[in-house]
Amino acid sequence: MMTFLRKQGYLLDFTLSSLLRRKGKNLGLLLVYALIVFMLASVMLFTHALRKEAGLVLQGAPEIIVQRMVAGRHAMIPADYLESIGKVRGVSGKRGRLWGYFYDPAVGANYTVMVAPDRELAVNEVVIGRGISRTRGIGIGDYFSLRSDDGKTFVFQVGALLDAESELFNADLVLMSGKAFRKLTGISEGQFTDIVLEVRNPREVGKVAEKLAAKLPDTRPILRDEILRTYDSLFAWRQGIVFVLLAGSLLAFVIFAWDKASGLSAEEKREIGILKAVGWETGDVLRMKFWEGAVISFSAFVIGYVAAYLHVFYSSAVLFEPVLKGWSVLYPQFSLVPFVDGLQLATLFFFTVFPYIVATIIPIWQTSITDPDAVMR
Amino acid sequence: MDIQLTDVKKVFNQGRHNEFWAIRGISLRIKANSVTCLKGASGSGKTTLLSMIGCLSRPSSGRIMLGERMLSGLPERFLTDIRRHTFGFIFQRFNLIQGLTVLENVMLPAYPLAPRHTTLRDSANRLLEHFGLGRVKDSPVQWLSGGESQRVAICRALINDPQILLADEPTANLDTGISREFMGLVEDLRQSGKTILITSHDPIVFESSAVQSVVEMSDGHLVKA
Amino acid sequence: MTMLFNPAIMALIMVSIVVSAMLLTAAGFAIQVLLRWDISSGSEGQLVLERRTYLISTLLTWVFASELVSLMLFVYNAESMSGQFVGAMCATGVLNVNAWGWPTLFLKILVFFMGAVWLSINYLDNQGFDYPLIRIKYWILLLITPLVFLEAFVQLQYFLGLNPAVITSCCGALFSTDAEGVAAEISGLPPAAALPLLYGTGLILMLSGAWFLLRRKGSLFFAATGGIVFVAALVGIVSVISLYIYEHPHHHCPFCILKPGHDHAGYALYIPLFIATALAFASGAMGVWREIPSLTDVVEREAPRLAWISMSLFALFFAIATAAVWRSNLIMESVWW
Repeated sequence: MMTFLRKQGYLLDFTLSSLLRRKGKNLGLLLVYALIVFMLASVMLFTHALRKEAGLVLQGAPEIIVQRMVAGRHAMIPADYLESIGKVRGVSGKRGRLWGYFYDPAVGANYTVMVAPDRELAVNEVVIGRGISRTRGIGIGDYFSLRSDDGKTFVFQVGALLDAESELFNADLVLMSGKAFRKLTGISEGQFTDIVLEVRNPREVGKVAEKLAAKLPDTRPILRDEILRTYDSLFAWRQGIVFVLLAGSLLAFVIFAWDKASGLSAEEKREIGILKAVGWETGDVLRMKFWEGAVISFSAFVIGYVAAYLHVFYSSAVLFEPVLKGWSVLYPQFSLVPFVDGLQLATLFFFTVFPYIVATIIPIWQTSITDPDAVMR
Repeated sequence: MDIQLTDVKKVFNQGRHNEFWAIRGISLRIKANSVTCLKGASGSGKTTLLSMIGCLSRPSSGRIMLGERMLSGLPERFLTDIRRHTFGFIFQRFNLIQGLTVLENVMLPAYPLAPRHTTLRDSANRLLEHFGLGRVKDSPVQWLSGGESQRVAICRALINDPQILLADEPTANLDTGISREFMGLVEDLRQSGKTILITSHDPIVFESSAVQSVVEMSDGHLVKA
Repeated sequence: MTMLFNPAIMALIMVSIVVSAMLLTAAGFAIQVLLRWDISSGSEGQLVLERRTYLISTLLTWVFASELVSLMLFVYNAESMSGQFVGAMCATGVLNVNAWGWPTLFLKILVFFMGAVWLSINYLDNQGFDYPLIRIKYWILLLITPLVFLEAFVQLQYFLGLNPAVITSCCGALFSTDAEGVAAEISGLPPAAALPLLYGTGLILMLSGAWFLLRRKGSLFFAATGGIVFVAALVGIVSVISLYIYEHPHHHCPFCILKPGHDHAGYALYIPLFIATALAFASGAMGVWREIPSLTDVVEREAPRLAWISMSLFALFFAIATAAVWRSNLIMESVWW
């Protein structure tokens, strides 16, 4: 055992000095390799963090959202539905929600307007998200006006700004009092946008949804678990799409690796011949070459991954911004919570290091079987 | 241990239009603890013969025995193992690895055997001292003169303490004075118990008093003296 | 179909394709070797074949290493995907989504063990100066190849059939005592039967291992016993040990113990168990060839060593399993004992 370890130590020693002797070629390979890792890791870390974030936020969301449907489209729900829901067993809390979208032509942005569920606001007071604050250049104490559908302008005063930490979700949010909302939108007292329910026992959720469907046939219940599942799939799917798009670069990398591994300079060929001639066996040369691959792979993986980590979590994925921003005017400033897991690392490994290894096996073998005889002459 | 060759033949590119018989049936006995010189023009097959004796390649037919052990039928893996422990090589062009120091070059053949690092370094240092190279042991090999490189090559060949030394045209790139020095070293090595086989067409070598038997080759055959 | 865009799944499919390709290449070379190998010839052709064997060895080492990692990735992925399927709370649910799930897992495990056997025979063969086992080795390789292809195919079918609209049943339904099927049978095995089976076979294993170490005979028996202990261990985990880890009298799932909530106890149990079984098989595979002159020394040296490590790991497994039962807050005395 000790001999085995010592031998690997010697091979590794030779490998390192060999790599350093040909800095130019190896640096190039390292850079490309690290870049590939960087791209894939950035995508994975970003998506994963977003998914986790969404999951965490949804924890606080209500278990069931009840929406009324008219001709297949979402419509206002009557307040007296609350009564009938109250009679369903398992429902531990219920309330109506008022919310909607507002287009602000001044900046060309869409706001989400909502009645604050847990704040008491004065009728002309609003709390806005920081995206709005930045885009319209308004802060606490400033005035903020919205135009209703019937042409009237309502002026509000900004009472507070929403937390910077949750910007990802509420950058475009406007919270106001119920009275103000109804005045603005013209929605009568007897109606809500939708109704949310709390169901304590997770096993009951399905049953409750069933009963609701029976009692209120013109509504549809949206389960939080369904949302979570959909998010999970969605994020996984999006990651996948990006990976497929990067398949081109991956293939280029594989070909590059193959080329580098088979394109030995005359000097390198001579060195291997010398090694064989002084007593290194084919197996020893093979192992040494694999150590080379391992050192390069490990370095590229670490460099690429750390760079991706910094990119996603310290610069908020600045390279993805143009792609993600799209039409959004109210782009949130966010910093994601770092999240790393084993599955991610393993998948990343299989997309980067594994193809590299496979691409280089045959070239490495070819060089390792060099005839030492050639060096004699 | 004696080396015995029986009707050894070697062919390259067999069956193809450029088929070439490098060795055409050689039987030879090389005595232990002797210095033998294989003499012949280039193309006579002496390097090929040397590489077969030294387990660098296998004969196409015939037998090579080292003492009681048959070498010729062994697969490469085992040839290498025997080679490491039994044979030391000195090549025509020294063949040191550029970019490594003298010490590293000398220790290189021992790496696959993985001895303790301190032991290895001590053996290497001792050899280098013995051959007057202690001063340059940490220099890159590119900086050495021809004579110094030759001696480094000898140290490298001796690092695993082999019984038999094989040298292929060792004086080809050396001047007369250093060539004579080299033959002096050969005599010393023989006296310390080693068997030495040299291929050369340099008279300084095959006419040297250190050489006990001269075997002449031509066109893959032995020339009967 | 959208399921296929999950990176982990894409990685697994890609790995199985690449592995199959590597194996096919190796098999192609193996056939050439089988047809023309002649160790006593010094011809160039023979030299080429010998050099090829290095490539085959290298390819296959990577194949089996990848298979091992893909086994772990597969299970890990099934675990993490459980959120995407209705009714699934752990890997069991994900594997249940279609009929190809469990076969994929079993095939992967089978390939892992066959790989261990092949690698040990390969190692042995390389130590013998006349490559005595080369034919046998490559014949086994030709047998393993279709198996790996089958595994790749089954895995692909499984992934293609991952339909999130299917409501799957989780461990509670599958491993429950009142369901039907093998899983239920195993779960329903009372501790009074499962534990003696487990500890009993374990004892026989240790004895046969000791016999082998002392007398150098009976390595095959040792290996066979290792396999039986492996099965008994899985049965034991499902029917009894998991209950103590979950501290719940009806939770029999073999996958939930991998979750962090249970201190990853599953890894502590499965890793020694799998390695120990693989080493037992490897040791047995080696011990068979003791009579071949060029291999005798190596076999005498290595087979007992592997057996010894295997026994230690089995012992570790038993220690951890026993500790899990001992330390658990679940009290099943007077109910089962």
